[in-house]
Amino acid sequence: MQTILSSETGARSQNVLPEKRSITLTINGLVHKLELAPWTTLLDALREYLQLTGTKKGCDHGQCGACTVLVDGKRINSCLTLAVMKEGSEITTIEGLANENGLHPLQTAFIEHDAYQCGYCTPGQICSAIGMINEGHAKTLQDIRELMSGNICRCGAYSNIVDALQEVMKIDSNETV
Amino acid sequence: MNNFSYSRPEDLNSALGELTKREGAKFIAGGTNLLDLMKENIERPSHLIDINHLGLNTIEATADGGLRLGALVTNADTAYHENVVTHYPLLSQAILAGASAQLRNMATNGGNLFQRTRCYYFYDLATPCNKREPGSGCGALRGYNRIHAILGTSDQNSETACIATHPSDMCVALAALEAVVRVTGPAGERIIPFADFHRLPGNEPWRDNTINPGELVTAIDLPPKGFSTNFAYIKLRDRTSYAFALVSVAVALEIENNRILDARVALGGVAHKPWRKPEVEATLIGQPVSEANFQAVAEALIDGAKGYGHNTFKIELAKRAIVRALQQAAKLEPTA
Amino acid sequence: MTKYVGKPISRVDGVAKVTGKAKYAAEFKSPDLLYGWVISSDIAKGAITHIHTADALQVPGVVQVFTHENRPGLAWFDLSYKDQDAPPGSPFRPLHDAEVKYSGQPIALVVAETFELARYAASLIRVEYKVEEHATDLHANLSKARDPKLGVASLLKPPPPKPRGDFEKAFSEAPVQVSAKYVHSAEHHNPMEMFATTVVYEKKGKLTIYDKTQGAPNSQLYVSQVFGLPFKDVRVISSYVGGGFGSGLRPQYQLFLAVLAARQLKRSVRVSLTRQQMFTFGHRPATVQHISLGALNDGTLTAIRHDAIAETSQFEDYTEIVVNWSGMLYPAPNTKLSYKLVPLDVYTPLDMRAPGGVTGVPALECAIDELAHQAGIDPVELRLKNYTDRDMNSDLPYSSKELRECFRQGAERFGWSNRNPTPRSTRRGHTLIGWGMATGIWDATQGPARAEAVLTVNGKLRVSSATADIGTGTYTIMTQIAADTLGMPIEDVLFKLGDSDMPLAPIQGGSWTAATVGSAVKVACEDLGKKLFKMAQKMKNSPFANAKPDDIFFADAHIRLKNDPAIAVSLREIVGQNGGRAVSETSTSTPDFLEQRKYARSVHSAAFVEVEVDEDFGTVRVTRAVTAVAGGRILNPKTARSQILGGMVWGISKALEEESVLDHQFGRFMNHSLAEYHVPVNADIQDLDVIFVDESDTIVNPLGVKGLGEIGIIAMPAAIANAVFLATGKRVRELPITLDKLL
Repeated sequence: MQTILSSETGARSQNVLPEKRSITLTINGLVHKLELAPWTTLLDALREYLQLTGTKKGCDHGQCGACTVLVDGKRINSCLTLAVMKEGSEITTIEGLANENGLHPLQTAFIEHDAYQCGYCTPGQICSAIGMINEGHAKTLQDIRELMSGNICRCGAYSNIVDALQEVMKIDSNETV
Repeated sequence: MNNFSYSRPEDLNSALGELTKREGAKFIAGGTNLLDLMKENIERPSHLIDINHLGLNTIEATADGGLRLGALVTNADTAYHENVVTHYPLLSQAILAGASAQLRNMATNGGNLFQRTRCYYFYDLATPCNKREPGSGCGALRGYNRIHAILGTSDQNSETACIATHPSDMCVALAALEAVVRVTGPAGERIIPFADFHRLPGNEPWRDNTINPGELVTAIDLPPKGFSTNFAYIKLRDRTSYAFALVSVAVALEIENNRILDARVALGGVAHKPWRKPEVEATLIGQPVSEANFQAVAEALIDGAKGYGHNTFKIELAKRAIVRALQQAAKLEPTA
Repeated sequence: MTKYVGKPISRVDGVAKVTGKAKYAAEFKSPDLLYGWVISSDIAKGAITHIHTADALQVPGVVQVFTHENRPGLAWFDLSYKDQDAPPGSPFRPLHDAEVKYSGQPIALVVAETFELARYAASLIRVEYKVEEHATDLHANLSKARDPKLGVASLLKPPPPKPRGDFEKAFSEAPVQVSAKYVHSAEHHNPMEMFATTVVYEKKGKLTIYDKTQGAPNSQLYVSQVFGLPFKDVRVISSYVGGGFGSGLRPQYQLFLAVLAARQLKRSVRVSLTRQQMFTFGHRPATVQHISLGALNDGTLTAIRHDAIAETSQFEDYTEIVVNWSGMLYPAPNTKLSYKLVPLDVYTPLDMRAPGGVTGVPALECAIDELAHQAGIDPVELRLKNYTDRDMNSDLPYSSKELRECFRQGAERFGWSNRNPTPRSTRRGHTLIGWGMATGIWDATQGPARAEAVLTVNGKLRVSSATADIGTGTYTIMTQIAADTLGMPIEDVLFKLGDSDMPLAPIQGGSWTAATVGSAVKVACEDLGKKLFKMAQKMKNSPFANAKPDDIFFADAHIRLKNDPAIAVSLREIVGQNGGRAVSETSTSTPDFLEQRKYARSVHSAAFVEVEVDEDFGTVRVTRAVTAVAGGRILNPKTARSQILGGMVWGISKALEEESVLDHQFGRFMNHSLAEYHVPVNADIQDLDVIFVDESDTIVNPLGVKGLGEIGIIAMPAAIANAVFLATGKRVRELPITLDKLL
């Protein structure tokens, strides 16, 4: 038997907390003013400070894609960026996709093709798909599979997700394999 | 995650100044690796300097006919840049073999160079790791070392032992292309040949690279020779995508009339840095394209490799991957 | 009269899920909300000698650090900690005392005003331990294997049957013999949503608890017993669950910690686990199996022996049905099955999608393939040769079994007749191609459940039951059943679930929810229908005054006369006679045990798979797969197909990617992240096809459904391993088949 000390993970007696700063985030076209410390990630800012809980936390380490949002039209993992770093950017989350004309075509296609089960990865999948379409590099079904691989679906709805994207992107399935 | 402050300088000099001024400060660009590590309490910067507003975000032709990749250009923008796709397709493919589309949209070229190892023990504060906590030991040596290094390891002294690998794909291609890293710092600008940028663990496994305190990578220069005709990047991993390499190989060849004029072979996933042996590559020069020559090179490149149990398979896997990559690059057969 | 049942209706919760409006456990806010961060033990066995919390407590905004030293007194007896899925033994009690029983054990909870503060303060806590030697290696401790303790759970998970015939003799005399060892590591469920509980502290200390669980009533029971609270003061809600796969069958420790903190601090508290902590509670246990098969030259099985040894914790005997399937699938006259446990210093294993089934059946189905190869018989033919319509374990006939049709239709769709039976003889460039197939089997069970059906004053139907929808489609199929039973347009029907205030339903698992809750919904709607009919008869000038219940039917939100459907009264009109009040009925459905006990009841499948293996690298890709399922009645082909597709992806995952690796130096799972615990990504999944064969079953339950949650995964791993054998000539008997095993 022995006695061990677990490693001391943080510096001690740092009781002066990081200063909160006033930051402005543009999300789904709306300007939000927030008082946040630097250590708040964009994901936590959305979920905990703005109650925009449509963006999901599946790992908090960039390893699952559930937190995917669009920043200036590009898909990113919102868990791996600080909210303060996204001042001045246009952020789009799942809550910003449907408009007065109804659901976004991808949302409709996800419902039609049953491209989800538990629904937890779904907002990330949809935002990621929009990002992928914006990027313009997916020409075949194999491209879609590869370029959507940053979004894990533990329920295993991949085939249906690909079907939904294929329909919206009007990709010919003969190009497969 | 620890307690830190944040600043967002608008120019290079202020950024460098802040780094020198504030003890424990770190630059943050894409943040994809740094924030991951901060959440695990592995990195604990006292201050983050957001360098995303410094410029350094263009890709431009250089006077010598090469290409300068700004440190803050994202991996995605680099991989899909017309000039990179056309003249340096090896780099483009290697970048696209790494991470996910989302991460590539965030991660920067400069940041990619500073990715830290994916070693399970480095990532787990409950276990010893000389890289994370100098002198604490190496959990991987007699532990679960499937993803670990087989070349250039440090395994003699328990206080410096380290069998971690460098996780980047991009860097493997940059090594093969003999890129040059441009850094700037208190002592002014300097350039570091890519082979000298990362280091082997040796007696200081906590040091990943040769950059000095206070320095910032501003760009990566690609030499004019892009090997856009005969190249291959092969990445072997535990799933088809979104996984780190068990073994990866970047091959760049220059071939004329079935004779090899120039050859580069860089390996990923096998060592603490992208692995090259220029003297072995040189043996191909002047030789005809042949499988026998490629086999011999594979043997020589892996010579001295050592397995630690779970990762011993990498020795054979790496050889096969080298041969296949050389074949593909030489177009010995249609790519699968 | 099934306007909806059997139709590919899109999920009724689809809009909520694609717009981000579906709210999961960590997404409910309260103005006084505090955040908890769990600290996990670094060691696998020993005792905490000191926890230094002072630095953390000094951080402004940190409210409290709970440890075993300052937790309040709680229930004394093990029984209070037993949930509906607790195996025999003493359930783990978080923060109970200084003892550390496994690596990753929760040992403290930091509570602060914000998530970031709690996370930061946690990094300031230091723990001292007295370390004891641990044992976490199943293979090194096989000699400690013993029979599992029996308990209530053994009713649902019966031990192996007594031996039949004389295995030793029959095996030694068999002209064709196969004997092999099959191994797999532990696995973790890793649903996308990490475990979380939000406790809203209401007036007078009542708790509204948003919990990630596969059974709100189970969490309610646990909280109420452990904290000594009356049921009425504990309401558990889980309207949406971001994946379960079994992980939510038991209340997990974040529930305990969140409730403890909320009650002590009299404030609302949320505790969310990290992805790393998702590796610190139940897992699919590592298992070692030995199978010996003896057969005649024509492939007729004469002897089966199947022995399994699995790990469990030191405090509970978790068991699963691993070996019994061998006796159920093949009618060998000489059969000997055994199942034993080795207690280790790990957390108690936990049911994970197709628990036991996807452990035992793949081993058996690989052995059967080895036998077919050795006997030179096509694997489908060998299975047909040994087909049985009786479960030989219980010696009862199957209530229905269209497995033969699964073989036929699956083989036809796949093109099995073109199979090249010679190993390592089909190539495509650098890759070796192989085809494999296997059988799947799982129980078709039904439990008792309750449901309430309400016709509102507006003529809408509201049905509820405290079940869960972990992505299986419960919301949708229950809505379909309710709509059809009362002839309502589906848009006028709302089914609600996941609330302990609703009529009781059992935990959602084991593929029994469609049968169990579906039957309750049907009965509740029928009972409501009867009530409405009686009310209709009492209306002025009722056209039904002389009608009998058999004379009428429900359609288009009306009661109609069968022999003159034009004569009708609308349901809205009927409820309008009720003095402005809704009409409701709560009913219980109980399985017809007397009838069911005369039969063995199972769902079956056959999977056919093509793999491509790189001959140099050993990388395996499943290029296409077909699964044919005999699952009774299919309530919704769209969501049913998704269930099977998901199962197939899990099968691919189990065969090729998934394993939790313990480092026995530290007794700790090391690949505790989604970067290193590999589950399939989109690019891993190619062409998957699902067939539902017709199967009618009047015994399993009134709906004739068999449940589809598990069956999709069970046949796949062996089909893949068998295909890999045909492609490469190499038998890999240790899952997952990672590339190093094929070099």
